[in-house]
Amino acid sequence: MIGINVYLALIAIATLLSMYRVFRGPTTVDRLVAVDIMTTITTGLMVLFALYYGRMIFLDVALVYAILAFGGVIAFARYMEGGL
Amino acid sequence: MNALTAVGEILVLLGTFFYILSSLGLIRMPDVYNRMQTATKSATLGSLGVIIGVGIWALGTDFGSAAWLTKTIVIAVFLLLTNPISAHALIRAAYKSGIPLWEGSVVDRYREHLEAKEKEAGSPKNPDETPIKEGGVE
Repeated sequence: MIGINVYLALIAIATLLSMYRVFRGPTTVDRLVAVDIMTTITTGLMVLFALYYGRMIFLDVALVYAILAFGGVIAFARYMEGGL
Repeated sequence: MNALTAVGEILVLLGTFFYILSSLGLIRMPDVYNRMQTATKSATLGSLGVIIGVGIWALGTDFGSAAWLTKTIVIAVFLLLTNPISAHALIRAAYKSGIPLWEGSVVDRYREHLEAKEKEAGSPKNPDETPIKEGGVE
C-alpha cells in the first residue's frame, strides 16, 4: 500500500523528536523518561527491520533488547531513588 | 496484495502515528509527570500496533509463517506488562528525589496518601497508650 520505507522514516522522525528531550531536559529524570520512550520505539523499529529483511532472527533480538532495556530502566530508577 | 497485508499495513501505520504523538507529548508537556503520562501511554499503544501489525503483515508475504505472529504476540505482551512497571518506578524516583510539580497542578494524591499514612502511623499509638495508662492508674 504505502511501503515499509515510509514507516521507517516516520519512526526516525519520532526518535529525533524524542531525542530533543534527551538533550534539552532540565532534570535527570526527564532524560531518563525520554530514553525509556526511545527504547520502546527501538523495539518496534527492530521488529520492522525483521520484516524489512525477511529474517525472523531479528525478532529474538528485539525481545532480548526489550528485556535488557527494562532491567536498565529499573536499575536507573532504583539508583535515583537512593536504593542500590 | 491480499487482505492480511492490508490489515497489517493499517496497524503499522496507526502504530507509527501513535509513536509520533508520544514524542510530541514528550516535547509539549510542561512537567516530568505529565510527560511520562502521555508518552508512556501512547508509546505502548503504538508499539502494540506496530508489533502485532508486523506479525499479521508477515503472514501475507511469501516468507511468512505462523511463527511470526506467535513471536510478535510474545514481544507485545512483554512490552504491555513491563512498560507501566518501568514508568511507575521512574515516576516514584522522580517524586522521591524531590522534583517539584508544575505550578498549574491542582491535586497531589500521592502526598495526601503519604501524609494520611504518616498520621495513621503516628496517631493510633497515643489513643491506645493513654487509655491503658489511665486504666492502670485507676
